[in-house]
Amino acid sequence: MRKISLDKLNQLFAEIASKNSLYIPVDTAAGAKYEKYDGTQTMSDALNTTRSAKDFFFPQTENLVDFKVEGKNIEIKEPVNEYEDFVIFGARACDVKSFEILDRVFLADPVDNFYKNRREHGVVVSMACTKPAETCFCGTFGIDAAAPAGDIVCHKTADAVYFDAKTDKGAKLLESLNALTEDTDSAAVDAQTAQTREVLKKLPLAGLDASAFGADKTMEFFNRPEWQTISESCLGCGTCTFVCPTCQCYDIKDFNTGNEVKRYRCWDSCMYSDFTKMAHGNIRNSQVERFRQRFMHKLVYYPTNNEGIFGCVGCGRCMAKCPVNMNIVKVMRKLGGNK
Amino acid sequence: MQEIKREDLIAKAAQLLADGTVDRVIGWKKGEFDYDVTPAVFTSKEELENEFVWNDFCGANFSKYLRKEAEKTESKAAVFLKPCDTYSFNQLLTEHKFDREKVYAVGVPCNGMLDDSKIKAAANGISSVSEENGKVAVETLYDGKITLERNEMLAERCVNCKSKKHVAYDELLGEDGEVLDSARFDEVAKIEAMSADERFAFWQNELSRCIRCNACRNICPACTCEKCVFDNPDSGVENKAIADSFEEKMFHIIRAFHVVGRCTDCGECSRVCPQNIPLHLLNRKFIKDINGFYGDYQAGAEAGSRAPIVDFTKEDLEPGEAVERGGENA
Amino acid sequence: MAMMNDPLIPVIGVVTDIRIDTPDVKTFRVVTPDGKKAFDHMPGQCAMLSIPGVGEAMFSITSSPTNTEFMEFSIKKCGCLTQWLHAMEVGQQITIRGPYGNAFPVDTAFAGKDMLFIAGGIGLAPLRSVINYCRHYRDRYGKIDIVYGSRSMEDLVDYKEIIDEWVKDDGIDVHLTIDREQPEWTGHVGFVPNYVKELGFDTNKTAILCGPPIMIKFTLAGLQEIGFDKTQVYTTMELRMKCGIGKCGRCNIGSKYVCKDGPVFRCDQVDELPDEY
Repeated sequence: MRKISLDKLNQLFAEIASKNSLYIPVDTAAGAKYEKYDGTQTMSDALNTTRSAKDFFFPQTENLVDFKVEGKNIEIKEPVNEYEDFVIFGARACDVKSFEILDRVFLADPVDNFYKNRREHGVVVSMACTKPAETCFCGTFGIDAAAPAGDIVCHKTADAVYFDAKTDKGAKLLESLNALTEDTDSAAVDAQTAQTREVLKKLPLAGLDASAFGADKTMEFFNRPEWQTISESCLGCGTCTFVCPTCQCYDIKDFNTGNEVKRYRCWDSCMYSDFTKMAHGNIRNSQVERFRQRFMHKLVYYPTNNEGIFGCVGCGRCMAKCPVNMNIVKVMRKLGGNK
Repeated sequence: MQEIKREDLIAKAAQLLADGTVDRVIGWKKGEFDYDVTPAVFTSKEELENEFVWNDFCGANFSKYLRKEAEKTESKAAVFLKPCDTYSFNQLLTEHKFDREKVYAVGVPCNGMLDDSKIKAAANGISSVSEENGKVAVETLYDGKITLERNEMLAERCVNCKSKKHVAYDELLGEDGEVLDSARFDEVAKIEAMSADERFAFWQNELSRCIRCNACRNICPACTCEKCVFDNPDSGVENKAIADSFEEKMFHIIRAFHVVGRCTDCGECSRVCPQNIPLHLLNRKFIKDINGFYGDYQAGAEAGSRAPIVDFTKEDLEPGEAVERGGENA
Repeated sequence: MAMMNDPLIPVIGVVTDIRIDTPDVKTFRVVTPDGKKAFDHMPGQCAMLSIPGVGEAMFSITSSPTNTEFMEFSIKKCGCLTQWLHAMEVGQQITIRGPYGNAFPVDTAFAGKDMLFIAGGIGLAPLRSVINYCRHYRDRYGKIDIVYGSRSMEDLVDYKEIIDEWVKDDGIDVHLTIDREQPEWTGHVGFVPNYVKELGFDTNKTAILCGPPIMIKFTLAGLQEIGFDKTQVYTTMELRMKCGIGKCGRCNIGSKYVCKDGPVFRCDQVDELPDEY
């Protein structure tokens, strides 16, 4: 394990940024946000970023291919995407877990090369939580906020940041910073971890239990009458899906620049009325059906297809951002029978 | 002024249900935390007693729910309306968006609603929020009890509240207030004072954060189109994505234009924006211009009123004059 | 770095022949610019066709895999993209990617079986691939019955191929029907589900159903009435698709993605899915 005193942290950022693009959470008018480090920013102390970290691997819009159309002929121009090596600094345990959930979708056969390339070029430096918010419930999904996954795991104390490399990629990066860091034992980190775990136990949502849901329970939950009442307040906007670190649905669209056609993909939301609309009809005509789809996907469909792993990491972003405060916790309470 | 409490609202709702005036009540339902309040429909006294909430976080405007409920059945639904909500109510009536006969409106006084994001910025790990001697008392997981100034925690639209007066109701709980002389156009004036380049940069910065979640549109009482042009794949402008840097500005500017003369300045667009974009400023700019060009007009102040934009009079400003005066008003 | 053969990136297809099947159905023949088949497939699989700038959509491949020269798509005009496709002339280039989805188990569950194909309207398009596959490997299958119905005589897709080829084959019985009487029509008149019951097939067959949802519903009920079990009946589904590879998240019925786990389902498997299709 290595450590650096807090006052030297910006030196470490500068060192990383001299070789790779470095992204750190920075405070802005819209809450914390990952920004490319340019030597001027300070790392945010916010618990989490407003938008999740999925943008790094699955950006909101992404050019897939260009077409040049002339008369009856089409020319396909594959975009030359330069994938930079980059480092994400300060991702929380929930967001790091979300990468695994996205991996199971995008890296499953057939592999999504756009995602895979970004994933291969990124090094994830996670940051253990010490003051989780009342909206946090990562523990419900077996995530330990005090000990996140990641290529390098960091713990920040009052005066230092501790680093522990967990993968070869992480070890390589950490080694390159040896001139700035010093060797240390894990005493401070262990103490912090123990303390945080005590805090986690006392969170208001600590007892939230997902075990009623899971793989192969589609028929048990699909026709439950409660969907009608709990979906009633849903406005059908896409806020929850867009701030969600695990929502991965996308649309593929064409944009005619006048010169060529750009085919791009962009985030889509199962909450939107046109999500399943076809020329001859729509299988999810009402918001009840769309609402049900989102939560069934997280709590039942995804686990069914992924060895019981839930499609939610308990980051609490949907709780904080839903315009009408309807969220997965309320769905779990209502349908999963836990108070 | 006699203070109206949660119990008073529940009693009123229960009475309306019991005497058959209505068979359901649109109100606020408590959630996981004190600030976690969701619009909901209540049908029994038990439900009301268990889950109904009336506190400093009942900001949500019920317009979208009211329209949905009014279409559902032949029977009446009751709805609680804060003063600002009554302006939306009137505006919807003006546009014939719901059947007045199907709604029983109960006016409730409002002391200004709090912005949970302001409280979250000031307090880590919130266990509870309550009012204590006119201040906001927050129990936290890490720093014990924190006391915050209520004025500083108010939602933007409440800081600049335009009216404590209910302009529509069947029944009023408590006493009515007055139309206020708010400073709501000050922020607009600041933007007007910018140079064109500064102004462009200001909006570029604000709107570039848009994630196209459509929350502003979906909550907006004035967004009443059956099918939004931005949801129509055949429109050529349908977009969930920011195809280029101009795209998101187009969405918000078109939306602002579309609600001109109909926007009551309820502030819901800014309240719901997950990216804290001050969308209400676009609408306020239009309201300010209308006031300047045609004389003061408040959408929703009176049901059935014609907005200057859709009402021709011979005294109307000529377009050329508007452009010329644009300098002072723009 | 250029993308290596990403599943979302299409290749060019050239439309080399356009056949007008019915007033709203055309069959397009597609090859690559160098005159080859774009890719191999199995009966029941689909491909994404697109006109850049207009849109991309999933279509079943109606030609048989045994056709090594080209692929065919029978497409009904019903939306934006299909209108554009219908407006195409020979020589037009489009884009194509695939194949997507599972296929009918032609070499396993169907092997050695008597086959009963039941189609309504454009529903013949995916079945034509299987029918021609079975005709090609004729000795691998038992007796073949085809029940096919449409609104009118003019709406029967592939009518020429049916009359010129299918009815002439040994061991294939083709039963055509149209919804309403027409002066020049001497065949059966009536809806497909009723016709299937009237024909009263012996139940030692594997049935494949494709057509409008309402036809599928009543035909399946009819088949069960005459003694078929749902495990003997296969169908193919269609929902809105964008990626074709089970990732974009919109074509699911419960935990199954129609583009990847389907489009072919056995009817007893459909029962295990929530009622959202």
